[in-house]
Amino acid sequence: MSLLAFSDFHLAFWSIAVGCVCGVACALLGCFLVLKRMSLLCDAVGHGMLPGIAIVVLLTGTLSSFVLFVGAMVFGVLTAFLAQSLSRFGTVSEDSALGIVFTSLFAVGVVLLSRFLGHIDLDPGCVFYGLFEFVPTKTFILFDVEIPETFSPTLRELIATLVEVPEAFPTMLTALVITIVFVALFWKELQLAAFDPELASAMGYNAQLLHYLLVALVAACSVAAFEAVGVVVVLAMFIVPAATAQMLADRMRPMLLWAAAVAVVAAVVGYWLASPWVFACNVGGMIATVLGAELLLAVLFAPRHGVLAKLVRNFRLTLRIAGEEILAILYRARENQTRVDTFVLKDHGLSRFTIWLALVRLQRQGAIERGASGWQLTDTGAQQAESLVRAHRLWEAFLGENFELPLDHLHAPASRVEHFLGPELQKQLAEQLHEPSKDPHGKQIPPVHEPQMHSDKST
Amino acid sequence: MPILDVHDVTVAYHRKPVLWDVDWTLDEPRLVGIVGPNGAGKSTLIKAMLGLVPLVSGTVNVFDQPVANVRRRIGYVPQRESVDWDFPVSVLDVALMGTYGSLGWFRRPGAKQRALAEKCLEMVGIRDLEQQQIGQLSGGQQQRTFLARALAQQADVYFMDEPFAGVDAATEQAIFQILRHLRQQGKTIVVVHHDLRTVPRYFDHLILLNVRLVASGPTATVFTDENLRKTYGGRLSILETVGAAVQAQERTP
Repeated sequence: MSLLAFSDFHLAFWSIAVGCVCGVACALLGCFLVLKRMSLLCDAVGHGMLPGIAIVVLLTGTLSSFVLFVGAMVFGVLTAFLAQSLSRFGTVSEDSALGIVFTSLFAVGVVLLSRFLGHIDLDPGCVFYGLFEFVPTKTFILFDVEIPETFSPTLRELIATLVEVPEAFPTMLTALVITIVFVALFWKELQLAAFDPELASAMGYNAQLLHYLLVALVAACSVAAFEAVGVVVVLAMFIVPAATAQMLADRMRPMLLWAAAVAVVAAVVGYWLASPWVFACNVGGMIATVLGAELLLAVLFAPRHGVLAKLVRNFRLTLRIAGEEILAILYRARENQTRVDTFVLKDHGLSRFTIWLALVRLQRQGAIERGASGWQLTDTGAQQAESLVRAHRLWEAFLGENFELPLDHLHAPASRVEHFLGPELQKQLAEQLHEPSKDPHGKQIPPVHEPQMHSDKST
Repeated sequence: MPILDVHDVTVAYHRKPVLWDVDWTLDEPRLVGIVGPNGAGKSTLIKAMLGLVPLVSGTVNVFDQPVANVRRRIGYVPQRESVDWDFPVSVLDVALMGTYGSLGWFRRPGAKQRALAEKCLEMVGIRDLEQQQIGQLSGGQQQRTFLARALAQQADVYFMDEPFAGVDAATEQAIFQILRHLRQQGKTIVVVHHDLRTVPRYFDHLILLNVRLVASGPTATVFTDENLRKTYGGRLSILETVGAAVQAQERTP
């Protein structure tokens, strides 16, 4: 059947459906591979299964049969097994063993395909790039229904689309269902074997068996997906959603859900971007590109591990340190009865902008005020400053007691550490130093106040 | 009936023996320390007892049975560095893993297992951290998590690989108290240990190991200067030579 016989809606619907189903299945399995730090394995399995496919096609003469899965799974497991044996019995490291085995098997597959299967509809181009656009064009009718004329045109098109299913879809759906059942059934065992395989073995779980089951499923999903998206893009579908999810989630269940969501978004957005109305390009490639973009977004904006979040956290810390330094300077100025108009905090690498921002913040908090005699601490400010100066002088006392340092070397290290000494640590220090009243310079160590300053310490 | 019976065990990695003919029996519940220099085969010995590494020769029996038959009575604390602490699980999830051995395939932990895991976290003093992701913990807290997981295994024999490594003083004390508590309940605990100063205080039975068993028995009689000199005073060079010869021979058949 030609491409033109299908409406745009039909093509779009089934392409996206295929993309979602493949993507989610791969993403779920990918999570376990990424957690086991075995991302390379799906690369290997995806390539190593090619001779399996070639042999099955050679024997049965068709591409869309259940036996194809069996062939792929056998050779997928064989890849993992051979690699493991090679590294155990040969003098080859684990990663090179994997590299040797899968490239060799893939080469055998290419040889078989090019020598015996030139006449069959499985060209190397399809293997590499996939033919996403053609998946929805080979269809079968699910139900032979009469669509009543009274239905609206939209509804009629929807029904017509739903009953005319691409031939590849049921196998892909099967792969997804088997994957979900596998993950649900072996949830606890997969988690344990991925986190601590030795404990799993010590408890009597056959971690090895579970591993090969996982590999077999990876092979099955690869074969389900590779006709559509090609052998290279399948890799992206395994690894990238899982890696993205790892940035976003810190529990197993959310991680799997995130991975599935990332895969679905990539299928929808990727198909749209690859459509004739936008870039008119290879759909599989575009899906993988969108996956990459999603990962990049996660790297930049993930709430805990993202670059932006880290920058914000760092800036907050800098601002807190600047504020505390200002309070300490004002406290000492009050002790020495000197006047403060400007702050220079070169030691801490604080820019003038940061100092200005810290001043604004402290003013708004009511910790400092500017009067006729320069900057002054308010009562709340004085209380905060006291805790800080206490931390500073306690640390100086600690250094003086335990380190061979000249007196003029104590101030700088104490200025660095003082911001991180909360009430609990101050208490421990004071106890260890037998509640000192003076620091090594002879300055008064302020007594404990109700701790407030460090309640928001972010470490 | 001996609790642990290690009979003439030899273990090899890549055919080179790393543990030679270890023969050791424990008849009564004890808090056992395994002590020896780096590369002495301490971890290998407990892995051999757990059935995690293949034996070149010899047998291991636990309660007079092969290890595979009594796995539910055995608890294990691997080295802290052996797992990925960025793994997306909470402290409670890890403690729950201790109950997996008694559940068997397919069964999920339920309310009973959860209560047990929480009780074990309580015992090691980190109940309040149960919802934290394990990567946010300090080294001592991670070790306590592992210990809670082992307690949740409710075993009769425990194997622990360097549970005191890299923990703060408070955690070291807490762990020791729990080990002693287990010991008082009649359990046997076999601990790989590296700090000689604490050996006489912690353990009532000792294995001195350096590729071979140098000495074993009650700490009071075994922990002597002469035995320590034998353990730490270098390998028996003849063993190294024979090991290399075995490896070379088998590589070229």
